[in-house]
Amino acid sequence: MSASLHYDVVVLGVGVAGLTAATRLAEGGARVCVLAKGVGSTHLAPGTVDVLGYAPERVTKPAAALPDFVAMHPDHPYALVGADAIAPALQWFAARVERGPQPAYGYRGDLQRNHLLPTALGAIRPSALVPKTMAGGELSAATPACVVGIRVLRDFHASLCAGNLRRAGIPCRAIEVDVDVGRVEANALGLARRFDDASFRAAFAARLALLLRPGERVGLPAVLGLRDPHGAWLDLQHRLGRPVFEIPTLPPSVGGIRVYDALRAALRAAGGRLVLGAEVVGVGREGEHIRAVRAHTSGHDTIYEASWVVLATGGLHSGAIELRSDWSAHETILGLPLHGVPTAGQPRFGGDYFGPQPISRIGVAVDASLLARETDNVFVAGAALPGAEPWREGSGEGIALASGYFVAQAVLEREGAIAAA
Amino acid sequence: MSDDLLHEALRSSLDHCVKCTICETACPVSNVTPLFPGPKYAGPQAERYRALGQPSEDSSVDYCSGCGLCTMSCPQGVKIAELNAHARYAVKQRKGVPVRDRIITRPTALGRLGTPVAPLANASLRARPVRVLAEHLLGVHREAPMPKFAGRRFRSWAHAHRSPAAGSRVIYFHGCGTEFYEPDVGEKVVAVLEHNGHRVEIPDQDCCGLPLQSSGLFDDARKYVLRLARALAPHARDGTLIVGNATSCTLMLKREAREILGLEDDPDLALVSRQTFDICELLLQQHDRGALALDFQPVQEIVAYHAPCQQQGHWIGKPALELLALVPGLEVREMDARCCGIAGTYGLKREKYKIAMDVGADLFAQVEASGARLVVCDSETCRWQIEHATQRPSVHPIELLHRAYRL
Repeated sequence: MSASLHYDVVVLGVGVAGLTAATRLAEGGARVCVLAKGVGSTHLAPGTVDVLGYAPERVTKPAAALPDFVAMHPDHPYALVGADAIAPALQWFAARVERGPQPAYGYRGDLQRNHLLPTALGAIRPSALVPKTMAGGELSAATPACVVGIRVLRDFHASLCAGNLRRAGIPCRAIEVDVDVGRVEANALGLARRFDDASFRAAFAARLALLLRPGERVGLPAVLGLRDPHGAWLDLQHRLGRPVFEIPTLPPSVGGIRVYDALRAALRAAGGRLVLGAEVVGVGREGEHIRAVRAHTSGHDTIYEASWVVLATGGLHSGAIELRSDWSAHETILGLPLHGVPTAGQPRFGGDYFGPQPISRIGVAVDASLLARETDNVFVAGAALPGAEPWREGSGEGIALASGYFVAQAVLEREGAIAAA
Repeated sequence: MSDDLLHEALRSSLDHCVKCTICETACPVSNVTPLFPGPKYAGPQAERYRALGQPSEDSSVDYCSGCGLCTMSCPQGVKIAELNAHARYAVKQRKGVPVRDRIITRPTALGRLGTPVAPLANASLRARPVRVLAEHLLGVHREAPMPKFAGRRFRSWAHAHRSPAAGSRVIYFHGCGTEFYEPDVGEKVVAVLEHNGHRVEIPDQDCCGLPLQSSGLFDDARKYVLRLARALAPHARDGTLIVGNATSCTLMLKREAREILGLEDDPDLALVSRQTFDICELLLQQHDRGALALDFQPVQEIVAYHAPCQQQGHWIGKPALELLALVPGLEVREMDARCCGIAGTYGLKREKYKIAMDVGADLFAQVEASGARLVVCDSETCRWQIEHATQRPSVHPIELLHRAYRL
């Protein structure tokens, strides 16, 4: 038993790339349905938009570095979409967040200059577009910082963060604060829900104020609320009488969840449909044309027929691409051909853990319009694309946004051409 | 499938857990109470310490409401809620099942008792002294929402009703809520189906066993669901679809009974499982084929729509939203809160009522802020909880379509 539904576009995957493509398509008038096995990588990512952080030296001006970067990496997603395609995607994203469910919450920055923000471990993250609540962590500023640990929050260690920053020459120190959240430990999301409450913030600020020194800015783990983080952030700055900034935490990442919430709301407002839990288990294919996908739904499968498919399922980390011990690699959902797979005998892994890793450049083979090879209607976006090493480059969100936006434009143009003909 | 084999099949999924915490962000319960440590802890992590046939010392999994949002959110396909259902069963095996759980999980028995004396039963269930007594004796919270017996049964109407002879056959599984509490919803479902060219058959049927299953009474739940499968399957062998408005009960038939109760091998249940459709799912597909009646009259109203967790567990998105969008004048505000809290019988229990209300607080606040005076929701127990908490009437999406069709 299976039942069927028709859409203009089926988008597979609900990370930043999939949500961007789907929302942009729905805004352009397409009937869109997003299918996802589960929630995507948004909840694991810091919530910053890193476009180009290292090439391979730290990049301070992405706009200036991108032309050389794409010239040297001709099969990189940025080379395919073109360096000029990144800025409009960033602007689009920032505008969606500003219209999002969290009042006044927004981003700051562009490709002219990377912000240098602290990570939870006290490393330096170069990022082009960052939440305003995090922007105050700019490490090129001379103001000393006080990194505040909240004892109940596991996985955020202020002294580790501050120690590493100090080693990098950044003036800062660490303190720990106790708060009562009614349980022995909490994760970032649990704390964020408490910070939504003004009376909790007031009590927290009163306790913290006693421990601060004059002239310090305050770095807190990114837990300043989900409902109204901008309001919570302003409130704490007001109560403490000094700049406050958020530092992204380990998952669950509140900054990333805010991105999901904003894009999800934008998709909803544009009339796009989202089906969670629907794992794609089959493909209806005629030659180069993917006519439909079969999704496993409770009881019976459901066939989703579409004119276009956007594959935004991620890469090796999400399980969308699988590498076997016999050196073969597979795209697991549509069975598309891959690019960049090391052949037998070629190295797949580099000896230096943080150095170049050939396997990470594996992705779905595409042409210059991000159309998957051997298909006439499947576009690819995000980490499924080949040629990038996002964690080394500091480019993950930039690739997701730029390629998601780009493939939406490509589909809309083709739809328009069909309609005009 | 034997319990051991089933359990092993579920357990094999836990090795896919990469501890990403996405399920934690989806869990409505652990977000409001420390009594439940969250799906990752109680599920894949604790499961590694549970050995088959060995007692488990940790009872916190009893606070899992079984909503299933963790399984739906998991990007790795770990059967978190299902593992937790098994762990809950093990806890109940060890600690025993309270008398209360044996009573409130049998809607047909309660319905048969209450229906003939509906006015008295309804008055009693709303009388403070009775509820205080029931709380002390049984552990059913005094404030918990109780449905009203209709005083008549849907079956009586169904027996007298003749569906038009023309049209494509469809089997209607109405569930206990329609049978005893909301027979008018069942009549509207039939009217909407008939208006859309269906000949509706309503075989005799009983409870699907879901309340028993969610309280860890697996053996009794199996009896109920298999009895229901035997009742429905003969009518569906020729491929006729089964359609239901009780979204948690249709999910039980589609998936939960097979996965949680280990009934994968039962041919009747397999057939029923494949051919069962949620009413909105069925109508949306009919619309997709261009076969849905579109003679909707305007309904000038703002309504809030909440997709219950069990509806989301069908993994079909929210078809009600697309159907309601066809009604001129109707403005539908989609709520994005997780859960209303009730989870079937969870929120009735004395020790869980407060948790259930806290879980629902986000939804209730969104409803309040939406400007809607009416809340649309696919599950009856969720509607009762929403009415209780928001003081607004709550209806099944079909009731709005029925209104728009002016049937």
